[in-house]
Amino acid sequence: MKKEITRRDFLKKSAGVAATLCLPAWAACTQDNVEAFLREHFLELSPQQLTKVLRRLEKENLKRFGKAGTIDATPAMKGVVFGYGLDISRCIGCRRCVHACVKENNQSRKPAIQWINVIEFNKESGIDFGEADPYYCSPGSIHNKAAGEKGSGSSTQELSKEQKAILQNPESQYPLYQINAEKPKTEAAGGCKVPRADHFYVPVACQQCKDPPCVKVCPVKATWMEPDGIVVIDYDWCIGCRYCMAACPYGARRFNWSEPELAAEEFNPDTHYLGNRPRRRGVVEKCTFCIQRTRKGLYPACVEICPVGARKFGNLLDPESEIRYIMKHKRVLILKNELATHPKFFYFYG
Amino acid sequence: MHFMSFVKTSFKLWFSGGRYYWAWIVFLGLLIVSGAFAYRDQLADGLIVTNMRDPISWGFYIGNFTFLVGVAAAAVILVIPAYIYHWEPIKEVVLLGELLAISAIVMCFLFVTVDLGRPDRVLHLIPLIGSPNFPSSLLAWDVLVLNLYFILNFFIVSYLLYNAFLGREYNKAVLLPLVLLSIPAAVSIHTVTAFLYNGLPARPFWNASILAPRFLASAFCSGPAILLILFQILRKTNGLKIKDAALSKIAELMAYAMFINLFLFGAEIFKEYYSNTEHLVYTKVLFVSVLGKTSVHYFMWPALICSFLAFLLFLIPKTRRNIYTMNAGCLMIFFGVYTEKGLGLVIPGLTPDTLGEIYMYAPSLTEYRVAAGVFAVGFLIFTLMVKAAISISLGETVMLGDQSRDSRI
Amino acid sequence: MLLALVFIMGFPLSLAAAGNEGFPGEVQIPPPPFSEGIFPCSNCHKEMPVNPKRRILKDEHTGIVFEHDAKNRWCLDCHNANDRDKLKLASGALVDFSESYRLCGQCHGTNLRDWKAGIHGKRTGSWNGKKTYFLCAHCHNPHSPRIKPVTPFPAPVPPEGKFLRHGSAGK
Repeated sequence: MKKEITRRDFLKKSAGVAATLCLPAWAACTQDNVEAFLREHFLELSPQQLTKVLRRLEKENLKRFGKAGTIDATPAMKGVVFGYGLDISRCIGCRRCVHACVKENNQSRKPAIQWINVIEFNKESGIDFGEADPYYCSPGSIHNKAAGEKGSGSSTQELSKEQKAILQNPESQYPLYQINAEKPKTEAAGGCKVPRADHFYVPVACQQCKDPPCVKVCPVKATWMEPDGIVVIDYDWCIGCRYCMAACPYGARRFNWSEPELAAEEFNPDTHYLGNRPRRRGVVEKCTFCIQRTRKGLYPACVEICPVGARKFGNLLDPESEIRYIMKHKRVLILKNELATHPKFFYFYG
Repeated sequence: MHFMSFVKTSFKLWFSGGRYYWAWIVFLGLLIVSGAFAYRDQLADGLIVTNMRDPISWGFYIGNFTFLVGVAAAAVILVIPAYIYHWEPIKEVVLLGELLAISAIVMCFLFVTVDLGRPDRVLHLIPLIGSPNFPSSLLAWDVLVLNLYFILNFFIVSYLLYNAFLGREYNKAVLLPLVLLSIPAAVSIHTVTAFLYNGLPARPFWNASILAPRFLASAFCSGPAILLILFQILRKTNGLKIKDAALSKIAELMAYAMFINLFLFGAEIFKEYYSNTEHLVYTKVLFVSVLGKTSVHYFMWPALICSFLAFLLFLIPKTRRNIYTMNAGCLMIFFGVYTEKGLGLVIPGLTPDTLGEIYMYAPSLTEYRVAAGVFAVGFLIFTLMVKAAISISLGETVMLGDQSRDSRI
Repeated sequence: MLLALVFIMGFPLSLAAAGNEGFPGEVQIPPPPFSEGIFPCSNCHKEMPVNPKRRILKDEHTGIVFEHDAKNRWCLDCHNANDRDKLKLASGALVDFSESYRLCGQCHGTNLRDWKAGIHGKRTGSWNGKKTYFLCAHCHNPHSPRIKPVTPFPAPVPPEGKFLRHGSAGK
């Protein structure tokens, strides 16, 4: 209470200061900008204030993409803590999840920001990050360098028409062996197929730790854990110090080094304030378990696209859920267990 | 108004100086302008104009920040031997230490600010206005202790100078507790900065409890190294009366500090190489080219050699009393510690990244320009403060009527 | 491609209700992925005499590569000889193609259990409600069940600084 009063006093006084600060760039200093500058922390917003903020951001979207879309702030469901399972004995490293995630979550296309990092390991060394290769089947692959085999795999960043069609309609992948039988379209693209012999794949994204180091270190409480266990970021509160990136043991956080580029026709208009709403430069972002989908009961986009069903998702508090079945019946592996971050992301052997 | 006259006199002092003074000021001014333009680019295009990327998300800016926190801390810690050994002129030693601390902290603030993706939201760090994450975030603590330290030193300096200006004797009962308080404060800013790295289990290179002691030991080398050179310059230009004996005493203390620094570093190196765990790779980045990709070793080896040579120079009485070898030692220490605590701390901490990726980082031109600009701001502040302070403090410029003389530069 | 197309188009129209024993919650399963015009099998097989002799097919179904324990197995171990529109369990009981998982589960018991629980294979829909399951045969070719290598989607590009080339210092 006391804090609120102090803050309000401050805000009143600072309105003048803000106006002064904005003088050099008066043109950019609209009422919306002042409002954004003087806003309260997300968790302290009243419902009215929140609505106001959401509408202002939709207006901003309209200016940026020609359509406002919806930015909601659906709260966590009661009695739900989300957990994720990933079957590393099934994952084939096809990277469909990476691109489905980008499409769903409005990541910057240039420079390309991807929340999922699919890492190739060789079966002899196991999960040894010294041997990790996230660039398999591309010129950046460590194998290409080692073997001197230039140009193995495609260097293109562009999705082909077929790949776009798969992202558009994940069910078009079935029967899977039809896709598998596809002939390589070009020399470069056909050079490398996954899973590569003697290798396995571990996709890594935010592990949604129960004791998240990123939340601990954030100097301004711009990132926190929601009641349903999702670690979220307020992109309008983050100061971009990147301490969370230094603290994250999973390399899950991405920084907007420049203004993110997202074409109007690629903009996914169904967004959540704490999830996939478009970001600006200078802030950190990461996987939110597709908060905009999962809080409405849907599976995350990566689960929906995974052709081999390696990705599992559910409520950790529900004993009948898929994720609880995994924890009960399968051998589970936690990445960097020794750091006691207690991820809610469980790798398992199916 | 005494205060206005104080300010006026300071201005007068700043605008009077010889050819070298003005050349120095213009040089700093150019660096600041260049830095400002580079920073404008960075504000316009984002941090993409630096060479930092997701795998190495901290770089040159934060390395400089860390080094300068050490300088800020050590400058004040020098007050202890000044008191113990009754160096003359003790007031000036304290004053210069505090001034250096103030300038170093200003540079620290600037380096953190230029590293921010959203400097427009910096108010979120301020208690009551924003939402500083106490007590869990060490960065929030760092901002707090640096601010307190800044205020403390600023107050001490202003108090000393204002009294000197008025020709009054300062009140020891006010000053001494504050000076003594600034000593643990100095230790705390550097400890908190070390903990900022230390508290990250994701980065094994930093997650070593020896880091904070190492920080303090190396700061105790680099801070005085700068002061030693400054004392000599001011002795020549401003008639600061400081004896050679005091200088070599400081050099002797630096030798001990450097010994502790090298010893702690060696202990860490032993642990890493003898255990030979997967964490060794980060230490290797210091000494060899890991997978042919890293290049820290190119400057880490010379830095280590410099540190060691400086240690020898300051250990042997003959060379630490000789003004030339002493100055050479100071430069070597400066280079050694700057490397060890700057990029030699940040790059191996982040390379390879947590998932094994090795990204080759070297600062971009923009980073160099911005950093040079920040250093120039710091040096400018320091120059101006010293120019006014020494003159006032030495009693050359006092308020009483016509007695005021201009400084001699 | 054409085949897949037919499958997609037929998909939302007819969702077979699955047997509900062992399934958690509400579950839908799309119809089996038949090649165009191949079902019902009885269209051709009704008139043909049954040849129970184990052999390699030379006249029909020549596109099928049989790599499913081929040493010990052949067509009529799973396909019912007298009514080709059904599959046959080891017990002799007949099942529809839409319940082919019961056939597969005879050998792959753990997989069947995991599949029912939602762990083996893909689910889409709602994590706390209606889900769509897929049949074994949607992913695994019943005659050659091992998943074949695919072309991956584009790889990320290694980060590059302004004046750096990734790994250029290497030999």
